[in-house]
Amino acid sequence: KLWKAARNPDFDLSDALTSERDVTTYNNYYEFGTGKADPARHGGELKTEPWTVSVEGEVARPGTFDLDDLRRLAPLEERVYRLRCVEAWSMVIPWLGYPLASLIRKVEPTGDAKFVEFTTVMQPEAMPGLRSRIIDWPYVEALRMDEAMHPLSLLVFGVYGKPLPSANGAPLRVAIPWKYGFKSGKSIVKIRFTREQPLTSWMKVAPQEYGFYANVNPDVPHPRWSQATERRIGAGVFAPREKTLPFNGYAEQVAALYQGMDLRRDF
Amino acid sequence: MAASQARPWTARQIGFFKPLLFIVCLYPVMRWLWLGFQGALTANPPEFLIRSSGIWALVALCLTLAVTPLRRCLGQPALLRCRRMLGLFTFFYSALHVLGWAYWERGLSLSAMWDDIVQRPFIAIGVLAMVPMLAQAVTSTRGWMSRLGARWHTLHRAIYPVAILSVWHFWLIRAGKNDFAEVYAYGAVLGLLLLARLVPLEGRRGNRP
Repeated sequence: KLWKAARNPDFDLSDALTSERDVTTYNNYYEFGTGKADPARHGGELKTEPWTVSVEGEVARPGTFDLDDLRRLAPLEERVYRLRCVEAWSMVIPWLGYPLASLIRKVEPTGDAKFVEFTTVMQPEAMPGLRSRIIDWPYVEALRMDEAMHPLSLLVFGVYGKPLPSANGAPLRVAIPWKYGFKSGKSIVKIRFTREQPLTSWMKVAPQEYGFYANVNPDVPHPRWSQATERRIGAGVFAPREKTLPFNGYAEQVAALYQGMDLRRDF
Repeated sequence: MAASQARPWTARQIGFFKPLLFIVCLYPVMRWLWLGFQGALTANPPEFLIRSSGIWALVALCLTLAVTPLRRCLGQPALLRCRRMLGLFTFFYSALHVLGWAYWERGLSLSAMWDDIVQRPFIAIGVLAMVPMLAQAVTSTRGWMSRLGARWHTLHRAIYPVAILSVWHFWLIRAGKNDFAEVYAYGAVLGLLLLARLVPLEGRRGNRP
């Protein structure tokens, strides 16, 4: 199955694309296991039909959306985004999707909606990782409202011109390119609008290692490794590491969202 | 001596066994090369090689520390002739592990390496484990043995704290993902091998501490 969607020239990069093989077989998706190859190995078991997404909380039009209806809500476009993992590796990925803002406007958040929370599916038959106690399942991520409404925030249905494989978060996920990868929830079944800042999964596990904002920041090291540089996946065994850019290179577009904030404290 | 009924291996038999063991110990290197030529070192070869060399260093350490208990259980004192080689393989894989970190993680920059050591306990503990191993590798020759005399044994007994530091280093890395199954497995094996040294030898009970 191939989807035809033109690449949006406003969201293209001169960086070489990471190979489709690496993009789809080297993943963090702990529901399938902690190994990078586990998601691709077990992903085939994930049941994505039928699929519905429930929209809840501070919205005028809550409800349950069928996947096909969601996908037709706005025209799909291809965007090439850098993805920077908190583990200090990165990829360049051609996603297929439309701005998350298109969906958000459709459900009409109330004035009390300050945050958007994304919940990942739990399918114990397909996801052996759910038996581990690493994370308090289901996986929950969240964005501040203005972050979610930012034109860079993408609701993603495909990659490399095809529907998303399970390892990448089938059948729909978000892609927030200026934040560490774990902020972009996969296989979303629930979108909830809240007044209070949600307690996200990795903050529950280790708040001193993973903050709510998780903006890519070379100046704030992870306790166990530096974030100053990154390894570009597919660059070759002897390729030097690359300098990590503030906001993963998207500072021009997003830095204004955090004016007046101390990003060392709110990391 | 325990199991003294077994016929002790001759120098010739050990002379045949040792080169075989040497080739077996090179298996990880051959596997890396094979995977490298196949382009199969995963999407992140540096990470794979650093982790893999660390794991094989632990395996080699287990084998090195298994020599003494095995000699006793099997009643084969000649096995001692393999211990230096296994110890040097432990050093070899540990050194590759450290070089992998120095090259791929820190770009061979001494200041970047130093920063990593002082900022991160798991790196510091790994480096601390490497210090006695380096001294042991250097003094592994007959010349150094006779030159150091009794102190040689003291220095080489530092492999016990090295084992403890290595498991601690491994534990700290895996703590981030709460993924301790492998850590416990290596910890248990090394713990048993260290404990086995405390079991007094039958018939020589009085001579052992």
